[in-house]
Amino acid sequence: MPAPLIRCEGLAKRYEVGGGGVHALRDLTVSVMPGEFVAVMGPSGSGKSTFMNLVGCLDSPSAGRYWLAGEAVDAMSRDQLAAVRNRRIGFVFQQFNLLPRTSALDNVELPLLYAGVPRQQRRERALRRLGQVGLAERVDHHPPQLSGGQQQRVAIARALVNDPALILADEPTGALDSRTSIEVMALLQALNREGITILVVTHEPEVAAFASRIILFRDGRLVRDTAHRAQDATTALAALDRQTDTAPVTGSGTLAGGARSTRGI
Amino acid sequence: MDLLATLRIALKALRTNALRSALTMLGIVIGVAAVIAMIGVGKGAQTRVEEQVRSLGANVMVLWPSSVNAGGVRSGSGGVQTLTEDDAWAIALEVPEVAFAAPTQRGSGQVVFGNQNWFAAVFGVGNDFFEVREWGLAAGRHFEPAEVQGSGKVIILGQTVARQLFGADTPYEDMIDRVVRLRRVPLTVIGVAERKGQSAVGQDQDDSVFVPVSTARTRLFGVVQGKQRRINSIWIKVHAGEDMKAAEEGIRTLLRQRHRLADGQDDDFTIRNLTEVMQAQEAASRSMTALLAAIASVSLLVGGIGIMNIMLVSVTERTREIGLRMAVGARGRDILSQFLIEAVTLSSIGGAIGIGLGVLAAELVGQSAGWRIEIQTEAVLLAFGFAGLIGVFFGYYPARKASRLTPIDALRYE
Repeated sequence: MPAPLIRCEGLAKRYEVGGGGVHALRDLTVSVMPGEFVAVMGPSGSGKSTFMNLVGCLDSPSAGRYWLAGEAVDAMSRDQLAAVRNRRIGFVFQQFNLLPRTSALDNVELPLLYAGVPRQQRRERALRRLGQVGLAERVDHHPPQLSGGQQQRVAIARALVNDPALILADEPTGALDSRTSIEVMALLQALNREGITILVVTHEPEVAAFASRIILFRDGRLVRDTAHRAQDATTALAALDRQTDTAPVTGSGTLAGGARSTRGI
Repeated sequence: MDLLATLRIALKALRTNALRSALTMLGIVIGVAAVIAMIGVGKGAQTRVEEQVRSLGANVMVLWPSSVNAGGVRSGSGGVQTLTEDDAWAIALEVPEVAFAAPTQRGSGQVVFGNQNWFAAVFGVGNDFFEVREWGLAAGRHFEPAEVQGSGKVIILGQTVARQLFGADTPYEDMIDRVVRLRRVPLTVIGVAERKGQSAVGQDQDDSVFVPVSTARTRLFGVVQGKQRRINSIWIKVHAGEDMKAAEEGIRTLLRQRHRLADGQDDDFTIRNLTEVMQAQEAASRSMTALLAAIASVSLLVGGIGIMNIMLVSVTERTREIGLRMAVGARGRDILSQFLIEAVTLSSIGGAIGIGLGVLAAELVGQSAGWRIEIQTEAVLLAFGFAGLIGVFFGYYPARKASRLTPIDALRYE
């Protein structure tokens, strides 16, 4: 049996608020194997975001142990954590978090910049990833010139550019319309088939349906962990197109369509 | 992460908020310009004083007759010529610190050559005088001993006089052996003195002629005939490294003896230590320069605080950007250097503009006020370096603040 990519033992996070502490996450023990596609669900305040932040090495646990690809992350220094985030994890955020007034290409190059990759190589790798997400024609566009779906694809290219083992997507479809959401999920599924482990935080069952495993949080505890037969996003997209063809007026049928958001950083 | 990439990020951030960057820079620009201009003006003044000190000659004192009290009637300075040539020889011989003591008889008169004439100060001197004043000749020779002793009819011209009488284009050599008239006495030109420039009080020192002291006394200003050989003043040069105060005391004691002054009686002469006076002026101008620079530095400091203020605003505004950079792998020191370089870039560009503006302002002030301006490379480099340091100093706190954010807090910042 292969070693798990993510292994948490007794992981807990406690915030000190006012008079006492609030347990955002209690005594979590869970493992994720390489190549899994996991949806993390739960109502707001359930601890799912805290879990993602800990897994993403953006926050440090109050107690418990966490290994990422066999490395004990809980004992690492800030700089070591930065290196782990840089090399092993790609982040996709609800609000895209692209740098404004910066071209798509430069946005995608950002992780390589911090990895110390030479300029020429940075460019080549970023261009390749932008091509992979279908934005080869728009590498010089700035975020406000792109649709929401395109911005999210730039963000996915950025998450991919350093060849991470794990992609953490925090409500990646939260700012997108339903069709663009499915497109993004199809992209994530394609990456998953290439062997990248994917964790998606979502509160939408429609999005979770594309995952092969669903973890449910409530009140800071993991309450349910179920395997799931994943729905294929490409098929769902085709089905949606057939609906659109029969329905006379919808107006959001183009690939570039989707919610436009100019919100940057 | 390489420096070049960091620099590009910094420049981009500065361009993004161009107006804000420009206004922040303005503080540094004005500060550096003020420092450069002030030091330029101050240094110029200082150099002028220093040149005056040099033109005076080193370790120089002057003796003048002072007021004489004759039965309650006081004569006023120089009213009675109490100094004699013999006093000068005695000082040169008997006061060990003294290198030269040059008796000087001063007057003035119309110097005539052909159809040209010019009114000039006339110095009756010996060759010692040129030694004391460290005043060389542009052409010709000094006085012969016989000329000094025996009222030789010879004259050495100052530059201004030479030019007025002979025109601007005549070579000095052609002036030698010409005969000029002074108070109807024909005098042969034997030399032309070097240019000396202005004195400390702004007099043109080259607007003078020199004749042997005996000639001045007997042929030109023949006031006192006879043995006393009275003179106006004695110029004294003290040996290098000797104590001027000790020399002054030695001269005073000697002259009181020679003039037979009783204890309690006032000196009938005045000793002025010119070098000391000039050095005091020099020190004053130097502290003035320092003062000007210090005042200007305050504006540079204020400019620095402006940078800190803007950088703090920038860090707060860009907290989410910092969070994202950290999420994709920026270490604390990457963020630190990004903001630090931003601050240093801001202050360095401001410093460079400030230098240009400062030089320009100094030249303008110099031209409109007629002051001498001296821009030193050291001052320019110092101001530029200081501007950069201000960027580091005032940029460090905001940059450190940014680098210490935790990624998750920064990402969630609204």
